[in-house]
Amino acid sequence: MKVHEYQARELLSQFGIPVPPGIVAENPADAARAFEELQSRYRAKLAVVKAQVHAGGRGKGGGVKLVKSADEARRVAYVMLSKPLVTPQTGPKGVQVTKVLVAAGVDIAKEYYLGMAVDRATGYPTMIASSEGGVDIEHVAATQPQAIIREPVSPVTGLLPFQARKVAYRMGFRGQQVRAAGKIMHQLSDLFLKTDASLAEINPLVVTKPTEENPDGLVIAIDAKVNFDDNALGRQNEVSAMGDPLEEDPAELRAKRFGLSFIKLDGNIGCLVNGAGLAMATMDLIKLHGGMPANFLDVGGSASEEAVTEAFRIVLDDPKVKGVLVNIFGGIMKCDTIAAAIIGAAREVGFKVPLVVRLEGTNVEQARRMLEKARKDIKALQIATDLTDAAVKITSAVKGRGTKRAGKTSSRGKTIASSRSVRRPAAKSRSTGRSKKRLTAGKR
Amino acid sequence: MSILVDGNTKVICQGITGSAGSFHTKGCLDYGTKMVGGVVPNKGGTKDPSGLPVFNTCYEAVEATGADATMIFVPPAFAADAILEAADAGIGLIVCITEGIPVLDMMRVRRALALGSGKGPRLIGPNCPGVITPGVHGKGCKIGIMPGYIHKPADKAESKKAVGIISRSGTLTYEAVWQTSNLGIGQTTCVGIGGDPVRGLNFVDCLVLFNADAQTDGIVLIGEIGGTDEEKAAEFIKNHVRKPVVAFIAGRTAPPGRRMGHAGAIISGGEGSAESKLAALKDAGCHIADSPGDIGSTMARALGFSA
Repeated sequence: MKVHEYQARELLSQFGIPVPPGIVAENPADAARAFEELQSRYRAKLAVVKAQVHAGGRGKGGGVKLVKSADEARRVAYVMLSKPLVTPQTGPKGVQVTKVLVAAGVDIAKEYYLGMAVDRATGYPTMIASSEGGVDIEHVAATQPQAIIREPVSPVTGLLPFQARKVAYRMGFRGQQVRAAGKIMHQLSDLFLKTDASLAEINPLVVTKPTEENPDGLVIAIDAKVNFDDNALGRQNEVSAMGDPLEEDPAELRAKRFGLSFIKLDGNIGCLVNGAGLAMATMDLIKLHGGMPANFLDVGGSASEEAVTEAFRIVLDDPKVKGVLVNIFGGIMKCDTIAAAIIGAAREVGFKVPLVVRLEGTNVEQARRMLEKARKDIKALQIATDLTDAAVKITSAVKGRGTKRAGKTSSRGKTIASSRSVRRPAAKSRSTGRSKKRLTAGKR
Repeated sequence: MSILVDGNTKVICQGITGSAGSFHTKGCLDYGTKMVGGVVPNKGGTKDPSGLPVFNTCYEAVEATGADATMIFVPPAFAADAILEAADAGIGLIVCITEGIPVLDMMRVRRALALGSGKGPRLIGPNCPGVITPGVHGKGCKIGIMPGYIHKPADKAESKKAVGIISRSGTLTYEAVWQTSNLGIGQTTCVGIGGDPVRGLNFVDCLVLFNADAQTDGIVLIGEIGGTDEEKAAEFIKNHVRKPVVAFIAGRTAPPGRRMGHAGAIISGGEGSAESKLAALKDAGCHIADSPGDIGSTMARALGFSA
């Protein structure tokens, strides 16, 4: 689960990590008042207005602006709150901004990176630090791997004092900074382990310009990002309460309520599968045969007929869906449950698009008999004998429809499929895939 | 031969009186597994629906039955504790089916049991279908939720060949089993290592065992996006495995940054993409099945007969 920056900052504060004062505003007038308050209470000369969305890359999309007056804060907030914010991570439609954070500006002497994540390879929570802060840490990891410090932390004891000193000196802290940075490391490790975080990042962690009171400067956290382990939300009530339903896809939320795992994609072939691995493999199979999956949908191991019917509703609600592929290998999931849900869904919502069903496993004979009988009523239904047959049937059925509708040749579908899905992941692996790094830090 | 479990393995079920626990205990019994009892606190002295004795603790169960393996169906919040209890009671093979265990709990389990060090008990899972050594009644051992009938015992294989299967996914394992069975290829043992980011046995642990098993003629490795375990497996295969290995990686079309059902199936920070895994496995000399529908036929060709 992800939370907003302002929530992550509050969490940091709760664990004692110093952050500059900031105030959340939901309208331009409040943003102006927030600036005035930062000015009068904290003697802030500058402030940063930051759009509160989960997606990273906000700076590039105009979601982070430096302001020098209350009036400027009002104007900047107005722009941010009035139109969707588009960043490299939001997709072209962007996301609606409902809150901005107005945070006091800080005189920065130097920026660092400090984070904690699960290192899957070792099974340890791992502190990740770098003296190269304020920039994309993945870029640093790729271009200067020696600038990244990794310290495995025991999930039993948490970070130990000698580890904090080791990391702090290697990051280049000196004098009073070592103690201050070490304290923040302990607090971050505490936060990570006590809140079941999956990622906790301070980027940048900064040292402020020296003053008479603080000749070594202060070590403070400027921007924070914290993600949490979904499996642990049951024992983290405060964390769960921070979730923002506005940031989630409505169809994905709806699916979650029925115990379904659903992710919306760009294609036009809806999928309904049991098991996450098989669901991914089914998407891959569709692509391999020149189609494009419209979604990932894992109905799980023991879904009820009701949940499977809801799954059909969710898939068919997407106007882009021009065909549906059902692929079930029944283990615990019984094939006749799926067959009954297909027949029920046909009666209730109707299948206006081709439906290809491939069933195997527990109670498959019974399920096949049920579907054979129902075929008279469900014209859209085709039964596939195996995986490959299923893929061929659904892709050709959808192409056929595409031809009729668009009045163009079926090769069009193929071009779209290859340009969209083949190139995107390939480009990603070219730029970052080789670098053997183990960071789980998300892109900013 | 087989790895990890065989017809002599004595198995208990932790959480045997729950709906999943009792249902799958019966499934294992029906397959011929030597299920010898179960553990549920405060239900000691009773019998489960299959008539097996229920104990309050793993210690009592081990003392009374001599169990050497356990199958865990305990709810996620208590599953890590159940694993630790089983280990402390001296059970050498722990199969955890439970899905949804917090990753921090699993990191603590790994430390406490020194998993991965080669010492101590073996843990399969969590969030996995379990392990099976196919065999006609009494000769095989099924510990988990997989449908037994899709498997083909090695000594019943028409092709006289048998393979080992290692997989991060449940239903995709069944797919590989079914396809090989239909082509007359048996399975020595199938291990579902599970879809969580921090787990017990990994690909390499299972590869070591299959590589040393004389009856295993080939190995099917089914991976998915996320993590670097497939890359490590590729390195091991390149250096040590001379048997044919067929690999399939699920998630070529998965968008980065989205968790695909399994907690472990996520491409993040440029790591864990299907492309990098496939490249490593190909470089290690594995036979790559491009389609999940071709896992069986790819193995048949790799074993030297056409399918």
